[in-house]
Amino acid sequence: MHFIDPHIHIASRTTDDLQALARTGCLVAGEPAFWMGYDRSGTNSFYDYFRQLTEWEPKRAANYGIQHYAWMGINAKEAENVAFAREVIALLPEFLDRPNVLGIGEVGLHKNTKNEVCTLLELIELGVKRNEQMLFHTPHLADKYKGTRMILDLLRTDNRVDRSRVCVDHCEEHTIRLVIDGGYWAGITLYPTTKATPERAADMVEMYGPERILVNSSADWGPSDPLAVPQFMAAMRRRGHPESLVRQIVYENPLTFLNQSVHFNFRQPN
Amino acid sequence: MPNPLARDVFDHEFLTMRCRLLDLAAAIDRVGRADSQVADDLRWRQLQQAIGVIAGSEGNRAERVQMTFSLPYDGNWRHEYGV
Repeated sequence: MHFIDPHIHIASRTTDDLQALARTGCLVAGEPAFWMGYDRSGTNSFYDYFRQLTEWEPKRAANYGIQHYAWMGINAKEAENVAFAREVIALLPEFLDRPNVLGIGEVGLHKNTKNEVCTLLELIELGVKRNEQMLFHTPHLADKYKGTRMILDLLRTDNRVDRSRVCVDHCEEHTIRLVIDGGYWAGITLYPTTKATPERAADMVEMYGPERILVNSSADWGPSDPLAVPQFMAAMRRRGHPESLVRQIVYENPLTFLNQSVHFNFRQPN
Repeated sequence: MPNPLARDVFDHEFLTMRCRLLDLAAAIDRVGRADSQVADDLRWRQLQQAIGVIAGSEGNRAERVQMTFSLPYDGNWRHEYGV
């Protein structure tokens, strides 16, 4: 079965991973801009990173038959310096116009500070003004519940936001209901220790249904598994769920969500 | 798809649950054998609370365990931040 990984950091992965993704049926990789594991020293570093996501990674993925799309933003970990973040945000329009860019992301909160919120509000403003799709990163571990609630507060009070074009990512058991009930797409990230596992993701699908749920690996430079989506598919099958349900979550749902971006030009394989 | 029988789910999960409980018990013992104490560490208290959630009879354990490890949310945060 084919699948789409709507959130994976290809720039941090090897060609072996791309080959494994292709062999297991991955057709599309969505790559949000994120924190590369170190704070960048200036806006030029961001400029080059955005070029990497829009020029080099699409070519690298295409060598394995994977269609690569990117999201543009400044992550919350580097958003504490609002003036610096503002300089990075000024770079974004040029890249948002590029043909493989889906929208603003991944943006959100990390430690839920006032400065992070100030930067996030500017990113939301840019997204709304440009009618972009938006992908939100919710914080890790202890900060997740509070940060998710804060992000949802910001979105709820902005009536310009089209919730059907927003994904709130890294949902877990204590946040997914808030996101789905709010009318947003809920991303579930499969990580070995710090987010959801394939089995827990399957539990959430069973509890909340498959509508507006996206499952992703968010595989990056840390402990993560680029084949986490196939692991989820295996968990669903092992429980006896029909292929149609598995396909809906790993293929049709991401297509429905991503098709709302003007730059998403998915080419079905022959 | 019809709801699975609890017995079937339990049969499938039992060894994994048993293994994870043993891993947890052994890790707690490992901390206990080490020098000094962690009883005053918030994370240790959260862990004890989470174990209580798992051992209790109320449902939604995963969600409630998540909440034991979560910072509280204050609905007035925007007023506090002035945004």
